[in-house]
Amino acid sequence: MTRTVTEIADRLKQLSGEFPGGVDAQVSGLTGELTVEVGAADLIAFVLRLRDDPELRFSQLTDLCGVDYLEYGAEGEAPVPERPARFAVVYHLLSMKHNQRLRLRAYVAGEPPLIATVTDVWPSANWFEREAFDLFGIVFDGHPDLRRLLTDYGFIGHPFRKDFPLIGKVEMRYDPEKKRVVYEPVSIEPRVLVPRVIREEGYGD
Amino acid sequence: MTEIRNYTMNFGPQHPAAHGVLRLVLELDGEVIQRADPHVGLLHRATEKLAESKPYNQSIGYMDRLDYVSMMCNEHGYVLAIEKLLGLEPPVRAQYIRVMFDEITRILNHLLWIGAHALDVGAMTMFLYAFREREDLMDCYEAVSGTRMHATYYRPGGVYRDLPESMSRYEPSKWHNEKEVERMNADRQGSLLDFIEAFSDRFPGYVDEYETLLTDNRIWKQRTVGIGVVEPERAIALGFTGPMLRGSGVEWDLRRKQPYEVYDRLDFDIPVGATGDCYDRYLVRMEEMRQSNHIIRQCVAWLRANPGPVMVDNHKVAPPHRETMKRDMESLIHHFKLFTEGYCLPAGEAYAAVEHPKGEFGCYLVSDGANKPYRLKIRAPGFVHISAMDEMVRGHMLADLVAVIGSQDIVFGEVDR
Repeated sequence: MTRTVTEIADRLKQLSGEFPGGVDAQVSGLTGELTVEVGAADLIAFVLRLRDDPELRFSQLTDLCGVDYLEYGAEGEAPVPERPARFAVVYHLLSMKHNQRLRLRAYVAGEPPLIATVTDVWPSANWFEREAFDLFGIVFDGHPDLRRLLTDYGFIGHPFRKDFPLIGKVEMRYDPEKKRVVYEPVSIEPRVLVPRVIREEGYGD
Repeated sequence: MTEIRNYTMNFGPQHPAAHGVLRLVLELDGEVIQRADPHVGLLHRATEKLAESKPYNQSIGYMDRLDYVSMMCNEHGYVLAIEKLLGLEPPVRAQYIRVMFDEITRILNHLLWIGAHALDVGAMTMFLYAFREREDLMDCYEAVSGTRMHATYYRPGGVYRDLPESMSRYEPSKWHNEKEVERMNADRQGSLLDFIEAFSDRFPGYVDEYETLLTDNRIWKQRTVGIGVVEPERAIALGFTGPMLRGSGVEWDLRRKQPYEVYDRLDFDIPVGATGDCYDRYLVRMEEMRQSNHIIRQCVAWLRANPGPVMVDNHKVAPPHRETMKRDMESLIHHFKLFTEGYCLPAGEAYAAVEHPKGEFGCYLVSDGANKPYRLKIRAPGFVHISAMDEMVRGHMLADLVAVIGSQDIVFGEVDR
């Protein structure tokens, strides 16, 4: 028996009392997607409910990614709108039983940002968490094998953070005198082809 | 008595059976794999980070380069995510064109897969056959977009242009005389739709040929039956999608379960496997090619009967017609703004997924209201499949590893992104 997205959101609101940090479930008017925010401390208890509750049954973790909200909504000189934390981990879940998707967001505080792993709940999280660690430096506590995944062996830094430059920090070339590959600070200048702008709604109508 | 220890072996990154740049560190006990540790990222180009620095439309071309054997399906996922946030619905004709090209892409992808997979397992002929058919389909790509592979054909709000009324033709040369050229041009006398229809008439016969070569072939079955078995529950938990999941017997296809575009108006079947081994995944993909062909025929029939626009006329996201631009000031301004600044998406987030030939291809788009994405996450099916490599090959022989890589249908453009 399938459930609609509002039924799932209602069920989550019922469960909200069980978790001290609270659960915030919202259906977007724009896209009709269900987004749930949960405190990092309640994460494991909550995702177990999501997976095992017969009215939810989110059996598959389709996607997991880090998001860096450092510059979110930044416009000119105005200060960036406040967020609970700089980093968040976003989980996309799929319930095949109810044919519904759910987006779960947990803000991660601290440096390095630390959150519990969900590899024991959904094994597919393994590489996704390695990727988020590699690109954002989010540490997943209890992960069985938290190594870098996509960047080069010996890479320094977390390239998808907003304060990491697009052109990178080092460049590499073959040095014929030393007869090996050497790393040097980048020599090219960063440039922006199309400036970033935020236009008000109905701009140019 | 001497102690016998496992030894580690390096497989790739330049091994012909590694399908690109996969480095596998294998721990072997004799010829039996104890542990496989795939090292990926050798093709990492930070597509997601690059997209953050560009207006939305300029990243469509990057999507082609993710899974470079199913180009248009990648574009489709990205374009759908933008349309979802914009609340934009493309014209019906554009939706049919997209579905038709998605299915052409599916055949393209599966042809490359069967060619490469069979070649890895030792059947040379398949590769030659599959590439013969791919040539025709890439001509379809070329006819609509001007390029054989990286098309950038789908745009938010529709497709770049309508289907052409004529196909390009061969000319006599010192390699092909008049008579040969006449034969080669036989299907190219009419429009693109005529060409596609002629292909779809031939294609089921070709699939029969492939099946004659492989399905009951003793060597093929010895190499694939019972290899890399994944149980249905395990396949779901591991995040499998597409033919990898259906091969394990789970009937899950986004085209049917969460229909997008016009899939709910089309008639097609979803093949599923029974045991979840490499052979079942092979059978699923072969049947998918037949089903795709069936869908293409329905789209061709509809597209013939229903001319119409292929792009929304909202000039905030779609460029105005070139002709009106020359005499209308408003159109000129729209054109200028669109190509110098792009368009802004409302602040929010969206996840759109399509049934890509390899599985669920999704784009998670976070927008803060600017003309560039704040964050783009690409959910590539191959990434999830290869992460289960260790589990699938453990306890198998070294030669079976090659069959498993082949049956996962890995392309590193999307794994590394």
